[in-house]
Amino acid sequence: MSVDADTVKRIGRLARIKVQDSDVEKLNGELNTILEFVEQLSEVDVTGVEPMTSVAPMALRRREDKVTDGGYPEKIVANSPLSEDNFFMVPKVVE
Amino acid sequence: MTTDLTRLSLADTAKGLKAKDFTSKEVTASYLLAIEKAEALNAFVAVTADQALDMAAQSDVKLQKGEGGALEGVPLGIKDLFATKGVHTQAASHILDGFKPEYESTVTQNLWDDGAVMLGKLNMDEFAMGSSNETSYYGPVINPWRAEGSNADLVPGGSSGGSAAAVAGWLCAGATATDTGGSIRQPAAFTGTVGIKPTYGRASRWGTVAFASSLDQAGPIARTVEDAAIMTTSICGFDPKDSTSVDMAVPDFAAAVERGVKGLTIGVPKEYSMDGMPAEIEKLWQQGLAWLKAEGAIIKDISLPHTKYALPAYYIVAPAEASSNLARFDGVKYGLRVPGKDITDMYELTRAEGFGDEVQRRVMIGTYVLSAGYYDAYYVQAQKVRTLIKRDFENVFSDGVDAILTPATPSAAFGVADQEMKSDPIKMYLNDIFTVTVNMAGLPGIAVPAGKDGQGLPLGLQLIGKPFDEETLFAAARVIEKSHGLDFTPTKWW
Repeated sequence: MSVDADTVKRIGRLARIKVQDSDVEKLNGELNTILEFVEQLSEVDVTGVEPMTSVAPMALRRREDKVTDGGYPEKIVANSPLSEDNFFMVPKVVE
Repeated sequence: MTTDLTRLSLADTAKGLKAKDFTSKEVTASYLLAIEKAEALNAFVAVTADQALDMAAQSDVKLQKGEGGALEGVPLGIKDLFATKGVHTQAASHILDGFKPEYESTVTQNLWDDGAVMLGKLNMDEFAMGSSNETSYYGPVINPWRAEGSNADLVPGGSSGGSAAAVAGWLCAGATATDTGGSIRQPAAFTGTVGIKPTYGRASRWGTVAFASSLDQAGPIARTVEDAAIMTTSICGFDPKDSTSVDMAVPDFAAAVERGVKGLTIGVPKEYSMDGMPAEIEKLWQQGLAWLKAEGAIIKDISLPHTKYALPAYYIVAPAEASSNLARFDGVKYGLRVPGKDITDMYELTRAEGFGDEVQRRVMIGTYVLSAGYYDAYYVQAQKVRTLIKRDFENVFSDGVDAILTPATPSAAFGVADQEMKSDPIKMYLNDIFTVTVNMAGLPGIAVPAGKDGQGLPLGLQLIGKPFDEETLFAAARVIEKSHGLDFTPTKWW
């Protein structure tokens, strides 16, 4: 499988990365080189093989459903480029 | 001071401090001076001199009273991937500009609890994506090693290139690092240092900037096998804050270092004998086997049939997890924000400017293989192949193999701005061909210096162990370290 210029732009949109028109051709080539390299996986017979979900033989731990942390919104927003009253500020999203 | 305190091993530094031969303030000041003079290596992205001297002073109070932890007063470097409270933490990326966490990673907290002193944050490939430390926003790290009779700059490997260069160049007694596909072991091999990736789940991932969560594991880079063992004991341990942290006691790894290999079965996988492998790598491998055999190990030919599929499977799984993990960098919560005409435009502009080329490439590959219509063909197929890779290892271990010996890398360190690597991303990815299987199977792996190439550059061997059997790796690596009889200290040029 390989991707074309339109697909590169679509992937950029999905990944929320602005792809400049001048970069499409270069990116297209690089992505296809990588996709060509991983193509060899299709020759492996995986009949009856379960996809790996955990590399260590362990079940995910569970804990009691209670609040164990929090109560410091000022720390949460401390690194924000823009915040007000402990809220993250973003451009208007609802008209 | 007559002796240069930066030339001591971590173990000797800790011993000397406890014996009051010197103080932590003296060692710390020596390292800070060495760092100042080593700007040419570009190993540090932030030096925390005041904090280091404060920590050293606190350690000296404890040491005076005969108190303190295993690493009391020992100065360390920390990879920029670990969150350090109030201190530069940017994964060497532009997108985390100015980020100073409000919390401390579990790995670094464990080191401070044992008394270690932080010298600063170490350069790395951006978000740990790279094998040469050239994808860093802060520019490449330069390897302290140079080929004989050459002034050309070499890469230290990556992604933990700053960690490896700082340890090899006497800028810290030891360093933290992380390994997702070989990012501890490959730079260790390129710089004549020892690096271990513990078993997945041994060291907490909490507070470490995530790249590929099912593969990421923290570990040390150090000057000797004993030093690496001491640091591994300190950083590992159960952490309820990491859902994949394993609740298991951590042995005193240093106690296993001199255990020897008598009676152990060492596997030699035929699939690691790649076409076109340089003769000196093959020779090094055979030499390593001979050393282990001379100390009483049994050498056994084994087969790991799915080896060749590990790297392609990795380049689906790792980018897929990365595209998901890196979704959080959007110009809202931390770091860089580039204004746009609406919120989507802001996201897209921020990520286009904030991420470097390699990171963008991987996020896009990951986005593609997870997108509707391609998920089964790429991602599910890769995870099935991963099951087979792990099964290969389980089969040889159940056949009585205790550890596996392989080369660590297909070559010695290469030049900065290597044109071939630059023009073909796959060429760069092939650096991890011997190391990536270990991450895919969640196993421990150690790289130990074992020889030099024709130009006098260090070469390493890798030992792969059973899950949670790092002790055997330290013991076998120590045999190699004792056998090579070489001096792995670079000639100072900086």
